[in-house]
Amino acid sequence: MPSTMSIRTEILEQFRRVAREQDKSLAPLTDDLALFDSGLDSLCFAIMVARLEDALDIDPFSSSEDARFPVTLGEFIKFYEDAAQ
Amino acid sequence: MPHNELPKLWDSLTPGPESSGRYLVGIRAAVRLDHLARGSCLGGRLEELRGRCVIVLTGDQLVAALAFLELDGVAARIVLAPSELTPDHLSYVLKTAGVDAIVSDLAAPRPAWPGVASFLSCSTVAMAGAGVKLRDVETEWVLLTSGTTGRPKLVAHTLSSLAGAIPESRNPTGVTWSTFYDIRRYGGLQILLRAVRTGASMVFSDAAESATDFLTRAGSRGVTHISGTPSHWRRALMSPAARCIAPQYIRLSGEIADQSVLNQLQSSYPGARVAHAFATTEAGLAFEVNDLREGFPAELVGAPGDVEMKVEEGSLRVRSRRVARRYLGPDAESLASPDGYVDTRDLVELRGGRYYFVGRRDGVMNIGGWKVHPEEVEAVINRHPLVRMSLVRTRKNPITGGIVVADVVLQNGAAAAPELQDEILSFCRKELEPHKVPAAIKFVPSLAVSDAGKLTRTPCTT
Repeated sequence: MPSTMSIRTEILEQFRRVAREQDKSLAPLTDDLALFDSGLDSLCFAIMVARLEDALDIDPFSSSEDARFPVTLGEFIKFYEDAAQ
Repeated sequence: MPHNELPKLWDSLTPGPESSGRYLVGIRAAVRLDHLARGSCLGGRLEELRGRCVIVLTGDQLVAALAFLELDGVAARIVLAPSELTPDHLSYVLKTAGVDAIVSDLAAPRPAWPGVASFLSCSTVAMAGAGVKLRDVETEWVLLTSGTTGRPKLVAHTLSSLAGAIPESRNPTGVTWSTFYDIRRYGGLQILLRAVRTGASMVFSDAAESATDFLTRAGSRGVTHISGTPSHWRRALMSPAARCIAPQYIRLSGEIADQSVLNQLQSSYPGARVAHAFATTEAGLAFEVNDLREGFPAELVGAPGDVEMKVEEGSLRVRSRRVARRYLGPDAESLASPDGYVDTRDLVELRGGRYYFVGRRDGVMNIGGWKVHPEEVEAVINRHPLVRMSLVRTRKNPITGGIVVADVVLQNGAAAAPELQDEILSFCRKELEPHKVPAAIKFVPSLAVSDAGKLTRTPCTT
């Protein structure tokens, strides 16, 4: 099971990677950043979720019963951290 | 004889010096066609099958070929059973086709199948003088294709519709055909008919044989002309035994022949003419492309001739005398539209005076509302010089419903490094719209290829 630190690192790295690949300009990555304002579109998030599943072996969207989509970056990270518990 | 009826298959086997060098070669035995022409492999019982509905159910493709030669013009109907037919599907086929006799090289079933009155053994040993004199029946040939429900569809042809595209010239000098296909499939049967009718020899593949063993055997038999699907060929080129054959002619069909597979074949076999053909079991052979380029010239569509083609709702439709007669079965749908065109369900796109195949109507993936054809993405990935073949599929995704992912087989000797994944992805990003670019690439040692020689596609994986 990945540590919470490695989950955070991996998520931030994927944000940067997907933004670079999709040629998007990424807002500064702070915990209170609204995902809607991050500069990434839904395809970027779809790619990120697929890659995080490969990298961390976690898919919080299918493993949690009442999956409410996180609104901020901090919630997004916590979503993955909780699923890893 | 009606003007459009071809001579029976048996008439291509003239006993005498002309046929003495001709062989049909299976994995276990070989049969000289001039010996066959003087006898029968059905143990003197062929006359019993006159006017009957016969399934040819053999393990060995050579035995099946011998049975077809003997039965054409005698049986009312021949049903061609490919090697992987399951018992469930077999009972469905027996019933739907009204089979009342089985020709086989296997042991007779106990208890016998309901409705099947006769079981005849067929072997590779021709009994002299045991054949029949009269071949006057216009035999219906029934081929099986995979239906969308998994149950096979039964497609009825005649020898005329099957062999209508084969030139009548008999130019037997040293031509030996082979094919990766099972000859009980349309693509393989085309090659058998071509070999028999043009005075050539033929070497059969076998389901139990590896690509390496088959290529080695084909090489030792001096195969000069050989056909298969692009998947067959990509797999063959990974084998060291690819060097065992030195073909003069290579033919691709059954799947989209993309530019990379055409280039790879041309560079692996510089002495060979490489062609790709478009045919479906229902529509028959529509055309061949000989200019070593993927796609086909736009002027083929709408041109008058033996084969007429049109594009409607994006898919290629074909009308010709090579089109099958009908589907068999009580609730069978109609095979062609009222104006005689068969919808191949293969989607094409016109770009710069040429049509390109983009995928199957039934195989389209939905990525957040955008349509993606897996074949289009595979064609781009396959252009990367270190890629041998690829399979693109969707993976369930909470954001867009599905996302494109790819399984990739690398060329021999290429290292499966993460940097190479990135390189292939950035290669895709240059060529494809963002939603078509795979989110992830996985390197795999091989990809499953079906008995029909096509990449095995599963609907959606999680």
